[in-house]
Amino acid sequence: MSTTPFEKLITRNWGKPGSHTLDGYKKNGGYKALEKALEMGPAAIIDAVKKSNLRGRGGAGFPTGMKWSFVPRDSPKPKYLAVNGDESEPGTFKDRYILENDPHMMLEGIAIASYALDVHTCYVYLRGEFKKQAEILQKALDEAYQAGIFGKKLLGRDYPLDCYVVRGAGAYICGEETALLESLEGKKGWPRLKPPFPAVVGLFGCPTVVNNVETLASVPHVIERGAEWYAKLGPERSGGTRVVCLSGSVNRPGVYEIPLHVTVRELIESPQYGQGMPPGRKVKAVIPGGSSAPVLSGDEIDVALEFEALKNVQNMAGSGGVIVMDDQTCMVRALWRVARFYAEESCGQCTPCREGTAWQTRIIRAIEEGRGQPGDVEKLLNVVQAIAPYPPIGLGNTICALGDAAALPTHSFVTKFRAEFEAHIQEKRCPFGAGHHGWGHFGSGGFA
Amino acid sequence: MANEALFTPAEQMKFDQELSEILSHYPADRKSAAMLPALRLLQSIKGWLPPEGMTLVAERLETSVARVYEVATFYVMFHTKKPGKYTIDVCTNLSCSLRGAESLLAYLEKKLGLRAGEMNEMFYLRETECLASCGTAPCLQVNEEHYENLTRESVDELLGKLT
Repeated sequence: MSTTPFEKLITRNWGKPGSHTLDGYKKNGGYKALEKALEMGPAAIIDAVKKSNLRGRGGAGFPTGMKWSFVPRDSPKPKYLAVNGDESEPGTFKDRYILENDPHMMLEGIAIASYALDVHTCYVYLRGEFKKQAEILQKALDEAYQAGIFGKKLLGRDYPLDCYVVRGAGAYICGEETALLESLEGKKGWPRLKPPFPAVVGLFGCPTVVNNVETLASVPHVIERGAEWYAKLGPERSGGTRVVCLSGSVNRPGVYEIPLHVTVRELIESPQYGQGMPPGRKVKAVIPGGSSAPVLSGDEIDVALEFEALKNVQNMAGSGGVIVMDDQTCMVRALWRVARFYAEESCGQCTPCREGTAWQTRIIRAIEEGRGQPGDVEKLLNVVQAIAPYPPIGLGNTICALGDAAALPTHSFVTKFRAEFEAHIQEKRCPFGAGHHGWGHFGSGGFA
Repeated sequence: MANEALFTPAEQMKFDQELSEILSHYPADRKSAAMLPALRLLQSIKGWLPPEGMTLVAERLETSVARVYEVATFYVMFHTKKPGKYTIDVCTNLSCSLRGAESLLAYLEKKLGLRAGEMNEMFYLRETECLASCGTAPCLQVNEEHYENLTRESVDELLGKLT
């Protein structure tokens, strides 16, 4: 671990005047990396991204350079870059702030990636609810066009590059990369069977790379400072820094850029991050990587918020959404809130997910409302196994990972907090509850 | 019954102009890719997606009406039924619930005299999925505008403005 003070990368310009404008970005050294990249050439850029150990920041953590290298260089078809700004995973709100505070950092990453991948058309797909963010990004893009960064020439080079902002219309599934492509093609967001992977058959049947907003915003740093420097910031196999989103029962929720050795506990307690729990509360449980990640109990939170470290405890870094639950939280109700989300957002294509997400939600709700029957916990685990047969690992019975994402939290809540589920069934009520819509289930929240 | 025109002349011009700009973003043989932006444009003009509007979108994008309906009914932000003047979407996902979203929803239900999922001429109250405002919870959305860090006072103030 390095002893030099931590240097922010992705969030370094946030809060500076005009950080969302071209002038502001350039004042802080912006678009220098693009100049350097154009000198390096495509092969060297891809090589640098590979060596940097940059991993996808959307949820799966796939090595970015490897993804880029899957694009067939000799394809006669046009190639596309699709940016995944569908950020909809409960507990996740970092891409939103990147778009609001520093859209040019991502645009510079887009320009570098496009040049490296022989892409001349890029679509930035933002979730439909990101109206303000789409407006900020469009303004930034207009500035970049006027400055000759996008458009007919890429920084004066004979390389046309167009970039369009597209808004979704409210569907979590469109964050799944092939559903995103379907949506970009003007269809409902039904994930595609893979293989073929998008790098070979993607948008309009053409080779396509799908990268997350933060991933692309990381690319200029890899190029500017060098792959080795970037790789050394993190542990083996994960380069750079990470932007995490802290929410729930904690004194200072928000977006924090952290070095990859910071643990869940440090994120919650440190004066520079979460500043601890509300008075008198203790950590009962934490979801470390967006609601699709298994839950950690309060005594499991000394784990670094990093891909391999979390994988080693059979969890996942996911989208960086860290949700903190305190000792007054009813875990059955918390799980019901999570399960309900997946039942709402299941696209309906695969039977195990479509039926399973709704079924588990009904069982959890019945338990929470005091209508649970002896044996319901086993039934719940059975439903979960029908969606994802190998908990706590994914690889389930469905085309995309939404089924796993719905099943694995349930498996972890039930196995780690089983006594609470059984108590609901035995007492025929929620032991935390203060009536329908009461405060009790979640302690006293912010709305009072 | 005589059909009323879908658009006023000014609306028609806006629709035609903006649609041709949208279509320029896609390959010429992939017009139907413009489905989401085209439906959003229609909804921004009419407040919802009337059937004759969806037929028009199908014609312009050279696709079937069935395809348009399929997309329009898949995405929650599209209204295939005319909603109240203000659609209020309250996030009740975990991060917001940990910060009082259930009480926020109950408060709104009482104030508006509507249960989640119900509408009247003025309001359409819904529970919605995560709006990426978890750090500024609880939150809601009115039509397409976000409101965060809500308290009873700020909700009262907001409702006062929705006339």
